[in-house]
Amino acid sequence: MKTAHVHALYVHGKSPVHDLEAHVKVAAMLLFVFAVVATPREAFWAFAVDAVLLAGAVRAARIPVRFLFGRLLVLIPFVLFAFLLPFLGGGARTEVLGLSLSIEGLWGAWTILAKATLGVTASIVMAATTEVPDILLGLDRLRVPRLITAIAGFMIRYLDVVLGEMHRMRVAMLSRGYDPRWIWQGRALATSAGSLFIRSYERGERVHQAMVARGYQGHMPVFNSGSAPVGSWARAMTVPSVAWVVTIVSLLT
Amino acid sequence: MHIPDGFINGATSLGAGVLAAGGLGAALRQGSRALKDRQIPLAGLVAAFVFALQMLNFPVAAGTSGHLLGGALAAVLLGPWMGIVVLSVVVIVQALLFADGGVSALGLNIINMGLLTAIVGWGAFRLLMAVLPKRTASVVGAAVGAGWLSVIVSSLGFVVAYALGGSGQAPIGTVLGAMTGVHSLIGIGEGLITGVIVAAVLGVRPDLVYGAQKYDLEKSRRLTPGRTATAGFVALGLVVAVSLVVFVAPFADSNPDGLERVAENQGFAATAEDSVTAESPLADYGVSGVSDERVGTIVAGVIGVILVFAVGVAILAATRRKRSRATSNSGP
Amino acid sequence: MSVPALEVRDLSFEYPDGTPVLRSVDFHVHPGERVALLGPNGAGKTTLVLHLNAILQPGEGSVTVAGLPATDDNTHEIRRRTGLVFQDPDDQLFMPTVRQDVAFGPANFGVEGPELEHRVMDALEAVGMMEVADRPPHHLSLGQRRRVAVATVLAMRPEILVLDEPSSNLDPASRHELAHILQSLDITMFMVTHDLPYALELCERSLVMDEGRLVADGPTAEILGDRELMRAHRLELPYGFDPSLVQPH
Repeated sequence: MKTAHVHALYVHGKSPVHDLEAHVKVAAMLLFVFAVVATPREAFWAFAVDAVLLAGAVRAARIPVRFLFGRLLVLIPFVLFAFLLPFLGGGARTEVLGLSLSIEGLWGAWTILAKATLGVTASIVMAATTEVPDILLGLDRLRVPRLITAIAGFMIRYLDVVLGEMHRMRVAMLSRGYDPRWIWQGRALATSAGSLFIRSYERGERVHQAMVARGYQGHMPVFNSGSAPVGSWARAMTVPSVAWVVTIVSLLT
Repeated sequence: MHIPDGFINGATSLGAGVLAAGGLGAALRQGSRALKDRQIPLAGLVAAFVFALQMLNFPVAAGTSGHLLGGALAAVLLGPWMGIVVLSVVVIVQALLFADGGVSALGLNIINMGLLTAIVGWGAFRLLMAVLPKRTASVVGAAVGAGWLSVIVSSLGFVVAYALGGSGQAPIGTVLGAMTGVHSLIGIGEGLITGVIVAAVLGVRPDLVYGAQKYDLEKSRRLTPGRTATAGFVALGLVVAVSLVVFVAPFADSNPDGLERVAENQGFAATAEDSVTAESPLADYGVSGVSDERVGTIVAGVIGVILVFAVGVAILAATRRKRSRATSNSGP
Repeated sequence: MSVPALEVRDLSFEYPDGTPVLRSVDFHVHPGERVALLGPNGAGKTTLVLHLNAILQPGEGSVTVAGLPATDDNTHEIRRRTGLVFQDPDDQLFMPTVRQDVAFGPANFGVEGPELEHRVMDALEAVGMMEVADRPPHHLSLGQRRRVAVATVLAMRPEILVLDEPSSNLDPASRHELAHILQSLDITMFMVTHDLPYALELCERSLVMDEGRLVADGPTAEILGDRELMRAHRLELPYGFDPSLVQPH
């Protein structure tokens, strides 16, 4: 029955990265991304080191390269923007192959391409090796407010249910010969989105009732999966710590 | 528009993160006070709904497509606080689980797609309702306007972030023109869809539309398709006219070279010579980093939008007065 | 006589607009009994069920679960004693994993640590779902989800298991598996159902409800065999099904 699925990034498999505790991975990923973002744009060597580190992580996590490139497509609008920058940018200009390009614009394009690619890849490594419920538990452990993780948990739990309902409504529409494609035909689509909202809202009320029936008094119980051993931290933190050393060195030189 | 890592520099991203955390924290406090424990599963379900809606793309023009942001919609349906919470959770999940939007830019994305859309959407909705007759059709029309404005302000949020810490120093005038121009069109889609969804919910469960709870709509005639369509078209007409006047005309007619040259002279020549410090966090707070001209351009843009909106509200208020006078004359 | 597992006395309830839903409903269920509640749509069955868990408070009359009256002061304990399994398992299974979902109930009653883990595994074992403990609920089939839904309630160690349409939408094999599991549980059971053969298979006793009143109470085979009664209350046996030919267990 269920044809609509949201594919989270998780890649089934066994690897040293899969085995690491979720909160350790999330923390490592955040630290790494901030190291990349803080790296000055002239430090080509620093980005090269970061890229090598990340490639090592991708290998260790046994993430298929094809999958990785597929997910990098989310960057396309920004890549286009990056390619426009050398033409739009102000400041001094330089001649490349007969084109007059802004130096600032070239730097901007380079910065966006390098940092965004490294950032997305780091996120993918984390998300591809951590099951969704574990990411939520990891965020709990990292002291993200319970209200946020609880709402996110409900959202993820019911995403497929809501998409399934959306899909069935669309099938019902198609089966009666209506196939809206354009915005001026959006009325039917939006009307069914209205009933989708009502269904989602009413399900929210029923879920609340089911929670109350099992003794819910306004506080979500906390399930901690135990703390991570020092070894996990040490292993996971190698990548971001090297990245930060690189960043600091490149900032000082 | 999910901003990736590296698009906006670290200092601005970090500042936005602090701001977003503060805003989200306030929304959580306000939201949980007003809405109690029932709202946690509800918020989760509505977040799933918004996420599903965001997966629907609609074509705008010339090959570009937009998708719903849903901030104004969530604000009208659930109130501003829950709207902020729901949209922020959507953005957080997209960044962490789907690598959509950079994690270092999470604060920026929360501000642009959660805080700004819900707050502006709600503000615009209430303002429009204040001048419109308290009818079901007005709620729909106000939702259209709220949806439209929320998208434009969200794109302005992007421009502001870019001006403060963007890579590549594209002339802000050009960025502003392109962003607001495209988004005033995308906003029409957002507005229409917001309006029709609100209309659909009003037709079946009016009690679920938070924004309409204050108004006694029982007295007004039941919402008929004809009336919704009229309200929709009036709102759409207004929105299109206003978009053309404000966003397309100036950038088509005025001299973009002039803007570029100003930017060149004022801001970027200096940063280009001293690019190492330009990348350092402090540069952004320096006078040279944020030149007066760029701020001026943005302020002009923001004032423009507010003015346009005020004019729209005034027109609506005027027509309403005329109509109520007409009805009072004809009435017994 | 022992204390009834469930005692409903003279229970009446009406909607805020004054429409009566329950009118002087009166019955009790003894420990170890399995009782079915039959009746057409709109008879008030779901409203009655929500009273058993103190989600709705009685307008008149009382509900007592294992000797404890359902009053405002002890709603929390009543909710532990009455294990309510909702019709749609997607409403019931709301946590990110099966394990967390089964733990949700007992955790709300202060169970934690190894004892919580123990309860979770016990409950999952009782419904044969140990192997899916770490999966998200939406990756399970409907039959599996319904079994897990039963486990989420069993983990609270309730006095009585209340099931709302347990067999609805299940394919014949899953329906049979669930019946087998329910039969194997050593617990008092109260089951709302439209599936009359299911009631006959699982419950020795049935109640019939119509327009908010109890209209019959007796052995399931007798009730299903009473054609007059069945017709009067819009209850219909499947084509070719004759309850008198079914061997009692």
